[in-house]
Amino acid sequence: MSSLAEHSVVGLCIPIAERSATIHSDQYRLPIMTVTAPNTVTTIIGLEVHVQLKTETKLFCGCKTQFGAPPNTQVCPVCLGLPGALPVMNDRAIELAVKAGLAINCDIPPMSKWDRKQYFYPDLPKGYQISQFDLPICGEGYLDIPDDENDGDTVRIGITRAHLEEDAGKSMHDEASGTGDTRIDLNRCGTPLLEIVSEPDMRSSAQAQAYLTQLKALMIHMGISDCEMQEGSLRVDANVNLHINVGEKKIATPIVEVKNMNSFRAVEAAIEHEVVRQYDVWQETGKTIKEEPKTTRGWDDTKEITFQQREKEESADYRYFPDPDLLPVRILREQVEAIRSTLGETPDQTRDRLPGQYGIKPYDADVIVKSGSQMVVYFERVAELSGDGKRASSWVQQDVMRTMKDRQIDVSDFPVDADKLGDLLKRIAAGDIDNSRAKDVFNHLVDNDQSVDEAIQSLGIESVDSSEIDALVQELLDANPKIVEDVLSGNEKAVGALIGQAKKKNPNANPQVIRETALRIIKSK
Amino acid sequence: MALSELEVRKLALLARLELSDDEVRKLGPQIDSILGFVNQLSELDTEDVQPMTTALDVDNRWRADVVTAGLSNDQALHNAPSRDDECFRVPAVLGTAAAKNA
Repeated sequence: MSSLAEHSVVGLCIPIAERSATIHSDQYRLPIMTVTAPNTVTTIIGLEVHVQLKTETKLFCGCKTQFGAPPNTQVCPVCLGLPGALPVMNDRAIELAVKAGLAINCDIPPMSKWDRKQYFYPDLPKGYQISQFDLPICGEGYLDIPDDENDGDTVRIGITRAHLEEDAGKSMHDEASGTGDTRIDLNRCGTPLLEIVSEPDMRSSAQAQAYLTQLKALMIHMGISDCEMQEGSLRVDANVNLHINVGEKKIATPIVEVKNMNSFRAVEAAIEHEVVRQYDVWQETGKTIKEEPKTTRGWDDTKEITFQQREKEESADYRYFPDPDLLPVRILREQVEAIRSTLGETPDQTRDRLPGQYGIKPYDADVIVKSGSQMVVYFERVAELSGDGKRASSWVQQDVMRTMKDRQIDVSDFPVDADKLGDLLKRIAAGDIDNSRAKDVFNHLVDNDQSVDEAIQSLGIESVDSSEIDALVQELLDANPKIVEDVLSGNEKAVGALIGQAKKKNPNANPQVIRETALRIIKSK
Repeated sequence: MALSELEVRKLALLARLELSDDEVRKLGPQIDSILGFVNQLSELDTEDVQPMTTALDVDNRWRADVVTAGLSNDQALHNAPSRDDECFRVPAVLGTAAAKNA
């Protein structure tokens, strides 16, 4: 049973549980009251995702885009829409938009242009939003997401288009003053957004969730956006309706666009709520997509319901026309290829590459990749410096990740940076220090900002002189003639018994060196 | 192609302009004459002309992604009809705020 049914039944106030909903593949079966045969219901979902591009400045002016500044301190005549101010395109925003488009397999048309989308709203000072209507910067593409029903398979979700546009400001209702005024902060006005529109290819809330997770990971991995939903740098609108088979007939319910969802979990819950609500409304009114235009509903996170929103316009009459203040954007094929060459790897490609390059297991590569691109960079640096991928993988997954988890810190703030760990592991590989002493050094470095050398010194770990080892091993061999006999009769493993004894006498003695020294002395007899 | 009063009222609504009946009657013919002026263009034969987005023979005027000085908070709010220490203030005419007020 998929999570769709479970959530629908448990999480909602509508008494769907009484109807004993059953799930059949990606289709949603609900028995109908008046007809004996059950209706097969398929959920149709398309998502519009806005990601804020990671630029220093706004789309058409040099104002900062930093989140959290005091209101109206990152503004200028251009983004305030003052008379006479003219917009100039930010080249980085264009580059990031193309990069995002390539990451989701979009065509990049040779030319795109800017249009004005007119609507009246207090947080939109110009009275129009600069957007792209008929010639978006990114054309058709697709994103493959994991198939939640067949492990290892993928489902291809079509991308209709992705276009650049400027963000609006922020309206805050002033409850405190009692005047009912709305306060307007225009810092966000003009911030570059890329709106990624999917085809209505998703069939369950779980698929919508998988699509969003995949898209977010990709945008973060490629440095295109921070995708912080809480800060508004990733926003999701969901278009949902139902296809219902009634006997031989197939009907579709009116499309509803759900807005104001502030987490992926909310997206999932809102879709599940809509499935039940639309089915109920259809049963009640019989209205189909032919009788009712698309409507917009908001999501109430506390009540877990969608509600009818008052429209910004009585009808969506945006009166788009080409913006005469801006020139068309022409992207040469060479520029597209240059940007393509900066794409780097997708998470999937990294996962495939690591095992071959560093001799680690696919499982280990997966754990490292899932920890984010920064962890991949950390691991690769450690593996290269130490010259031992397997050892690097095991230390990164055990010591580094465990310490990060215990202390709730990020890999970028991890006190033992990749250069230090690489240095330490290289010494293990070279036999300068043994594994258990190296763990002591690691733990010391976690708490002390020292170099590996300083840590070794602080811990009193000394490398032991070879003549000292020779003397120590000779002494032990004299005391253990049985081991000498065993080795001489072909059992080299017998020297293992000496190591514990040697460590007792000198904790700095390296087990590997003791083993080799013992074998050398015995064989030279 | 005379503009109906209904169309004038719809335009006014979209622009959030409150027009009296007199103004609607006065503005209708004025908008008509503007549209008539622009409509002269339709006399041209554009059969073999490619659509274009600009009359200028240039494109790609871009700027580097570098922060430039903007206005101070006080400068930004200076000409606002209504303001407080930080923000512009507007009547709650639309959206959820207006709904709460209603």
